[in-house]
Amino acid sequence: MDLFIAIFQGIIIASTPLVLAAIGELVVEKSGVLNLGVEGMMIIGAVTSFIVTYETGSHFLGLIAAVISAGLVASLFGLLTQYLLSNQVATGLALTLFGLGLASLIGQTYSGISLDAFPVFDVYLLTEIPIIGSLLFNFDYLIYLSIIIVVSVYYFLNKTKLGLVLTAIGDSHDSAHSLGYSVKMVRLFAIIFGGSCAGLGGAYLSLVQTPMWVENMTAGRGWIALAIVVFAVWRPLWILVGAYIFGGITIIQLHVQALGVNIGAQYMSMMPYLVTIVVLVFISVNKNRLAVNAPNCLNKLFTSDL
Amino acid sequence: MFKLQKKETIDQSSLYTVPLIAIGCSLIFVFILFLLIGKNPVLAIFIIFVEPLLSIFGLSELIVKATPLIIIALGLSIGFRAGVWNIGAEGQFTIGALFGGATILAFYPTSGIWILPLSFFIAIIGGILWGMIPAFFKARFNTNEILVSLMLTYVAILFLSGMVYGPLKNPDGFNFPESRLFHDSGTLPIIFPGTRAHIGFLMALLLAGLMYYLLKRHKFGFHVKVSGESLRALVFSGKSTNYMVYLSFIISGAFAGLAGVIEVSGPVGQLVPAIPVGYGFTAIIVAFLGRLNPLGICFAGLLLALTYIGGEAAQIKLGLPNAITGVFQGVLLFSLLAAEAFTNYKVTLKKMRGNF
Repeated sequence: MDLFIAIFQGIIIASTPLVLAAIGELVVEKSGVLNLGVEGMMIIGAVTSFIVTYETGSHFLGLIAAVISAGLVASLFGLLTQYLLSNQVATGLALTLFGLGLASLIGQTYSGISLDAFPVFDVYLLTEIPIIGSLLFNFDYLIYLSIIIVVSVYYFLNKTKLGLVLTAIGDSHDSAHSLGYSVKMVRLFAIIFGGSCAGLGGAYLSLVQTPMWVENMTAGRGWIALAIVVFAVWRPLWILVGAYIFGGITIIQLHVQALGVNIGAQYMSMMPYLVTIVVLVFISVNKNRLAVNAPNCLNKLFTSDL
Repeated sequence: MFKLQKKETIDQSSLYTVPLIAIGCSLIFVFILFLLIGKNPVLAIFIIFVEPLLSIFGLSELIVKATPLIIIALGLSIGFRAGVWNIGAEGQFTIGALFGGATILAFYPTSGIWILPLSFFIAIIGGILWGMIPAFFKARFNTNEILVSLMLTYVAILFLSGMVYGPLKNPDGFNFPESRLFHDSGTLPIIFPGTRAHIGFLMALLLAGLMYYLLKRHKFGFHVKVSGESLRALVFSGKSTNYMVYLSFIISGAFAGLAGVIEVSGPVGQLVPAIPVGYGFTAIIVAFLGRLNPLGICFAGLLLALTYIGGEAAQIKLGLPNAITGVFQGVLLFSLLAAEAFTNYKVTLKKMRGNF
């Protein structure tokens, strides 16, 4: 039972950065923009939140720093792609390369330092319940926040007028434009929201998962978050399913390694990436489902004026 | 706000002005960055961008670093022109290094001039196979080639590491995770004695010339261009849309694989887990900075190689972090993309309307 609880908790903790980064990217893609810079925004969030938390001693300020800094670099992407009409794929890559470089630069003197553990959201009576207490109530508050964000995005996209406008812009920017909606402005806000979520995901890595700063600590999670959006076929609640499956593979793969199964560590570590490829292929086979949910204007240039 | 209008014709001079403007902007950015972190910016820029060009050692290292960048970027430029995004060149490079290196090791200590050509051949096949995976899924199921090729990069790096920790480990190496040093028949000839500059650089220049010819004079160049403009037009010219997907990945995979084997049989001289150092990603910047033009790519490759060598020098002499190279490269790509707007579009200022 203890092992089961350990694995369960490990999966939730490993998945939360993916949930946060993927739900942000989902909103961006729903508005018709493909931002491949998730990895770069995550690592910026990770490094700024670590530095601010270390210098001030406040986890909360660290999280705020992550949201603001990653939102700022995302707005750079937004300005370039929306107002200077640069290629989204290339600009996203530039954001990733720039983010990784900048994070190493500003984090250089902080590498190897560790932080105090992130506070657990402790409701005494609930945590005391046997098994269920450890399974559901023994986590940091960011995990609950990540689920709240996912549900809010679901509500926002499906039940609010602005959410429907955003979806409409992603499906046909020209029609939305003729109806008088500001395509670029909505997209810019979506991009900044996506960046802030990715920044939170990065902060989760450096404050909660391993409370220290290590260069390139995102290790491809930004790219997996992009794959999870495709896995979820752009439906918000499915982001949770996708992220927990990917987190699960990572953790179970580690436990299998610990059991001393006679496969090289490197081959086991390939699992999350290989599974991502297999999942992407399976999802893309079902063309009808993709056609219904995928934003029509994803990665297409919108050239009309403001 | 301002308004962008697509220009009917693109100024030919923009081929030079855009990259130069972008380089200028990036230099200004690092100048400010050096000021912020309290280093003498003039001295730092001199050490990074000028000093390596003043010594034989610096120049020879420039050639060594530029070789893989130019070769990979030449391959990528075909796909980028055609709108096919191979982001996984780093993985194809790693597989090329592994396949080529394993071939050389398989024939240790046999000597013969056929060993290098054979290992080059196997490495190119390896790069092509690795590139064919995303191409096949893209062509067959329309699976996103960006994500698949990128995931395969992580797989390739782990695969190389698994091999070097396992079957390819040097039997006399005290259990260090590295292969034997390649014997003489498995090592590329040096151009200038006493340096690491090898004939791979000449191959890179030769490939650039070949590519220039193909794109300018051959029907192949026409297909690449048409596919970039519109896939529909390519279908009318008698090719299936998947033709360019496969062709782009075969060419970029082959070039990246070749760059991989050149790297291991040239400057590295053995297989180690740290062979992939990001050339595959930097080559994307090289391809864009060179305007997807073979000759431009040669200059761009040399410039980005300079940022690597200068970055190392600045680390030693000024205690600057090595990450400055990555920051400069990222800013360079950003400035390049921004500068492009001013060549492809006519920018006019206009009054902002109230409602949005």
